[in-house]
Amino acid sequence: MALLDVHNLTVDFNLGVESLRAVDDVSFTLEPGEALGIVGESGSGKTVTALSIMRLLDPAARITRGQIWFDGRDLATQDESAMESIRGRRIGMVFQEPMTSLNPGYTVGEQVAEVYRHHLRLSHAEARRRTIEMFERVKLPGAREMFNKYPHEFSGGMRQRVTIAAALACGPSLLIADEPTTAVDVTIQAQILSLLGELQRDMNLALLFISHDLAVVSELCTRAAVLYGARLMEVGSTDAIFTAPRHPYTAGLINSVPQRGQPLQGVPGTIFDLRSPPPGCRFHPRCVHAQPRCNREIPELTRSPASTPVERGHVYACHYPLDRAGTRPT
Amino acid sequence: MRMIRYTLLRALQMIPTVLLVTVAVFVLIIIIPGDPVLSMLGYYADDVTAVPHEIYDRMFRELRLDRPIPIQYLYWLGDALQGDFGKSVVFRVPVIDVVLSRVPATLYLGTASLLIAIVVAVPFGVWAAVKNDTWVDHLASGFVLFGVAVPGFWFGMIVILVFAIYLGWLPSIGYVAPQEDFLRFLKHLIMPATVLGLDVAANILRFQRTDFLDQLHQDYVRTARAKGLPGQVVIWKHVLKNSLIATVTVVGLNTARLLGGSTIIETLFSYPGLSRLLIEAIYARDFPVIQAVVLWMVVLVVVVNFFVDLIYAYLNPRIRYTTA
Repeated sequence: MALLDVHNLTVDFNLGVESLRAVDDVSFTLEPGEALGIVGESGSGKTVTALSIMRLLDPAARITRGQIWFDGRDLATQDESAMESIRGRRIGMVFQEPMTSLNPGYTVGEQVAEVYRHHLRLSHAEARRRTIEMFERVKLPGAREMFNKYPHEFSGGMRQRVTIAAALACGPSLLIADEPTTAVDVTIQAQILSLLGELQRDMNLALLFISHDLAVVSELCTRAAVLYGARLMEVGSTDAIFTAPRHPYTAGLINSVPQRGQPLQGVPGTIFDLRSPPPGCRFHPRCVHAQPRCNREIPELTRSPASTPVERGHVYACHYPLDRAGTRPT
Repeated sequence: MRMIRYTLLRALQMIPTVLLVTVAVFVLIIIIPGDPVLSMLGYYADDVTAVPHEIYDRMFRELRLDRPIPIQYLYWLGDALQGDFGKSVVFRVPVIDVVLSRVPATLYLGTASLLIAIVVAVPFGVWAAVKNDTWVDHLASGFVLFGVAVPGFWFGMIVILVFAIYLGWLPSIGYVAPQEDFLRFLKHLIMPATVLGLDVAANILRFQRTDFLDQLHQDYVRTARAKGLPGQVVIWKHVLKNSLIATVTVVGLNTARLLGGSTIIETLFSYPGLSRLLIEAIYARDFPVIQAVVLWMVVLVVVVNFFVDLIYAYLNPRIRYTTA
């Protein structure tokens, strides 16, 4: 059974006079110990999806449809106190901005130790010992001396290690990482990614990795889900998605990754305003292969005929999918 | 260790400030028009011929007015450091005795109103911010509007009218020392302290609410919640410590004001505090008393700022490191 089963998740924001759908009918599953990347542009609904799972959505947002099955419970319907016992304990989360996601008023040690004291009811001394252990695990140099330091004494990379330590302190079975390396230097980014990969293997952690960076996702994740304009475009193994994308948007994204010696290609146009989504396929106004039908019918997620093991579980929402060579069949 | 260094450094920094203040207070007397000898002898017109020469000269030398001004200042400072501010022109007793007799009353009133202000404003401010845009928040805004807009003397008169005159529960004016009769002391204190306290509470609440609301949207709050900490822990541990930086600033500004005494409230309630002494001294041109009271008030501001700085350093660790 899947550890996490997000089913037809729909999230609406009520902006007073108008409203918008930030996540529209999104479904995916995550097996224990598996790493799934969620890829998309800004505003595609990646972060809102993650915050829905944690139930940390903005007060203006509401889950209007769908279920989030985790450990046999539907997180979409849990009350706040039930969620408090899941957050930090069963599901950890790391955020994008390491510079601001720690409290400047408390030592980094305290910000990890409090998780132990709260969830595991450990004493101060025991929580401190476990925190230092965890600091060693996330490779903070001089873990013992780090305990009493304040966040402002740390670099972005070190702070991100602290937030990872706090998220993993109680040995959760799922870690949600929301663009954890976007705000740090490239060299640090590589370190953090390899740390996450290592921890994921060692702790048998399921990882939901949110990123706009395809290269990073292909390195860290076995499966990927591509979001565009609040809807899922394509889900499959990273191998299948990156070598033979079936959705034109995914293909466009892959072409946008800079490659030495090749002119940079992008996806033409810009993402639509979520307050007034286009009819039919969300991507059709920017799609070079769009046909009249794309303007009328919303494509359902279709299963790829599983001819090879790589393609098993590969689904895409396109009326006219690309063939394996990456071109439109005629 | 860093905290100790920081504390010492800040304490040392107070010395030049206080010295500068003493210069200002001393110069105050020099630049005031009028002949001090004449006014001390009770002559208001500057008519030197009305005073016998010998008496005038003796006074002039006794007051060391024949010396250069910097020397006069050093004499004055030396005496002041020993608690000697000269004799009050009006009361004919040492200034220090007059001032010290008024200090407790003002300290009691200041402390009581400050406590009322903090106890009302901080939880109410937090509550209003957490329940943003609900009836609690609107109530808080109404309270702030009332506290800031309604003048203290008017509110004070209404309170006297209701509780002293119509209901007869509390004495309208005066002061009783706590060691004399503690219950009567409280009865005399409660009205002026509440009027003053609610005024200050409105000020604190305004800042507390705004800053807390701002803090609630910070990233670290989301991190704390993602760790599974209950909402109350997030609010009272994580957010409060950061939002108190703004609160402490406002509380500090008001503390110095309150411990210096509130002229309007002390006058309205015929409360024998420092502010009323200052007013009386100004009317009577009792310059030594004015000097001492002004010096007290300014030193208070400096000392309160010192403690505010220490609290800042506790609340915001970055301060400890950048200054020390």
